[in-house]
Amino acid sequence: MIAIIDYDAGNIRSVGNALERLGAEYELTADPARILAADKVILPGVGNAAAAMARLQERGLCGVVKSLRRPVLGICVGMQLMCRDSEEGPVQGLGIFDAHVRRFPEAPGVKIPHMGWNALGNLDSKLFRGMDGGTFVYFVHSYRADLCPDTIATCRYGDGLFSAALKYENFYGTQFHPEKSGSAGAAILQNFIAL
Amino acid sequence: MVAKRIIPCLDVKDGQVVKGVNFEGLREVGDAVRMGVQYARDGADELVYLDISASREGRNTFVSLVERIALGIDIPFTVGGGIGTPDDAARLLDAGADKISINSAAIADPSLISRIARRYGSQFVVVAIDARCIEGRWTCTTHGGTRLTELELFSWAREAQERGAGEILFTSMDHDGTRAGYADSVYARLSEELTIPVIASGGAGSIEDIRRVLTEGRADAALAASIFHYGTIPIPELKRALAATGVPVRPVRPAAAGGTAAA
Repeated sequence: MIAIIDYDAGNIRSVGNALERLGAEYELTADPARILAADKVILPGVGNAAAAMARLQERGLCGVVKSLRRPVLGICVGMQLMCRDSEEGPVQGLGIFDAHVRRFPEAPGVKIPHMGWNALGNLDSKLFRGMDGGTFVYFVHSYRADLCPDTIATCRYGDGLFSAALKYENFYGTQFHPEKSGSAGAAILQNFIAL
Repeated sequence: MVAKRIIPCLDVKDGQVVKGVNFEGLREVGDAVRMGVQYARDGADELVYLDISASREGRNTFVSLVERIALGIDIPFTVGGGIGTPDDAARLLDAGADKISINSAAIADPSLISRIARRYGSQFVVVAIDARCIEGRWTCTTHGGTRLTELELFSWAREAQERGAGEILFTSMDHDGTRAGYADSVYARLSEELTIPVIASGGAGSIEDIRRVLTEGRADAALAASIFHYGTIPIPELKRALAATGVPVRPVRPAAAGGTAAA
């Protein structure tokens, strides 16, 4: 059973829909006992990082997430919350990934948010098994995590490379939306399920 | 570099896709979910579904259709038509829409943009603008292009951005339905003046039209309807042609027989 953490953080349904398309069993829950008992946990999230962090705190789930020892996948803002901190607020994160989250700097010709399909590079994880660098996935974000030792995939936008995905021990995070990334996203979710 | 997006637009009435030429003469062309799945497999980067039902029943049908679309397709999709309040937007978000597009209601009450963006984030809010050029001035219209407003396109687009729009979808009513090309220079100026992505709509008739609006027109995405629905331009062929001329696009993967290619 995969637990999708339900903390009122935007379009949560699409993650469940993607798991359903893959035939995986899942439940939406904010119950710490259910989350702790799950084989895998997904922390989704869209919108404002500080607001999302506040909702996670209100539900008493910060410590629960950090204590998980089974595979955890943070998606988009969910991944950002697992970093040290974010400029969007600013707000302290869970500190699982050793990365700061900063806004893309404004520059001529650089649209913010970074919205659309972009190519992954430097793939370095079982999460991307069977995939090549250059695979396109779907991003929607205005803030991004720096490169750091936990980076397992990069993407180029604005002033250079940022972390498209992160991993530390059993914790994974993707800045992009695998649930919206066509067959490439489905393959990544399948790899997560198979961990 | 982020890829330029190709977006088929599906007008939906009572669960079926229709396409009006110049917003008249509706003609049914297919099942909304099935067409969406097919477009996603063909390499469409996003989809837009516009509800053109006039009745409340039609609107309720649309919400349940959005649930089926969200389950059926694995690429982002925007829904629009008849969204007048943040609660309307919330219903569509809960049904699984990735973005909503607002048009006439945002002109009637611009605070709608900020109220939805504050609650659900800018990425959720596409502001659609229909305008026509009248004596050299791009004038915004509402209600499917039938009513003129006082608003000027560029200042309204800037205001929409300031209020929290995540994207601008501009349709030139002078070009829509003509298949004679997009309003390239207008998109170039919008792209120059805005920091958010711009989606071009209205006038696509050929691969060259799409190439031009994505290059000289500097649009981030090209939206079209009939040329895709009637198969005039198959998306795989369009993408190959764009890539061959150096336009950054997401390559189309070879179609997997049956279901998702979870290799």
